[in-house]
Amino acid sequence: MDTCIEKIRAICADLLAKGEVQKVIGFAEGSIPMASRPIAVTSKDDVEKLVFNATCGLNLANYVSDALPKEGKIAVTAKGCDSRNLVTHMVENQVSRDRLYIIGVPCTGMVDKRKIAALFEDEITDFIEEGDTLTIVSAQKKEVVSKKDMLRHNCRMCTHRNPVVFDVMAAEPVAEQSLDQPFADVDQIAAMDPEARWAHFQELTKNCIRCYACRNACPLCYCPTCFVDESSPQWVGKGQDKTDINTFHFLRAFHCAGRCTDCGACVEACPMGINVRDFTRKLNKDALELFGWEAGLDMEKRPPLDVYSPDDPDDFIK
Amino acid sequence: MMGNLLEHVGVERDRLHFSWISSAEATKFVDVVKEISDKVRALDTDKKFAKEYTK
Ligand code: SF4
Ligand code: SF4
Ligand code: SF4
Repeated sequence: MDTCIEKIRAICADLLAKGEVQKVIGFAEGSIPMASRPIAVTSKDDVEKLVFNATCGLNLANYVSDALPKEGKIAVTAKGCDSRNLVTHMVENQVSRDRLYIIGVPCTGMVDKRKIAALFEDEITDFIEEGDTLTIVSAQKKEVVSKKDMLRHNCRMCTHRNPVVFDVMAAEPVAEQSLDQPFADVDQIAAMDPEARWAHFQELTKNCIRCYACRNACPLCYCPTCFVDESSPQWVGKGQDKTDINTFHFLRAFHCAGRCTDCGACVEACPMGINVRDFTRKLNKDALELFGWEAGLDMEKRPPLDVYSPDDPDDFIK
Repeated sequence: MMGNLLEHVGVERDRLHFSWISSAEATKFVDVVKEISDKVRALDTDKKFAKEYTK
């Protein structure tokens, strides 16, 4: 995938030189291997800083509204999922289409960094990606693995790898996959009895330190004051009490209902390796089954919980 | 979807009720509240969301 970076850089340099956009949001190398980070580039001389590889798992739609200049456009590189979150942003009036220049990047998936780190006992010193081959090096050893085997769970389940909206594409579209069981993980949890389900989620969140990195990484969480930060009234306690941890997770997830694109940025950001997608995946499944809805595919439609339709399922109302 | 999520994480479905009652439907209100109270009582006190306070 690194092959399209030259094209991305060329497009960005051209846009900045012509003054068509004020800024470009993309990914840059991090301070350690595999830690690529978002960057805003304002000069064509800096486009060399841009990178694109299988470690760019954050969602750039998250940074668009904050980085938007007072006037003019901003360019953003967008994988399939980022583009769907851009659509959600536009539908929810967070940014207008004419302020954006979207550089679509067909995506073959992002790697699970924890899975790769688990192959090593010591610190990883280098990460090289060539096509599907990943070479990862530490002081002790070198591992050569297939990227396909190292993909994040959400990328393995992803059926929208090509950007759904773009001004220019940085590469040819990739083949989309179709899945026999798109929600096998959700079904597996649903098959347990209620106490086991409760136990599963208690175990899942037991190490949560309430750092809110999952919320901060999510493009959907743009409220100026999040319910967890509100102090009058205080909706949820601030500490590590399990009741408060539960409340935070249930509500964070529910605020994403019908809006989540399963981009995985929340999981990517979590320092404790908690798969918070276990909550949102259930909502995504219900949105699909009850409303035939997948988030971020349609610029004309608002998310199903935002609108009323006489066809809405209502058998839960007694 | 809220009810489904709560059920999915293991909270008893009968703890959450939705109803549409007009201000003119006093008897329906009474019936619904009765039904809800009975169902929730049958589930016993909730421990999942109870904070443990140390004295
Ligand atoms: S969710 Fe899809 S589009 Fe997003 S990074 Fe994974 S494979 Fe790419
Ligand atoms: S909840 Fe997670 S997976 Fe869903 S849109 Fe937000 S960051 Fe992406
Ligand atoms: S990022 Fe992880 S540890 Fe931090 S609040 Fe979210 S789930 Fe908890």
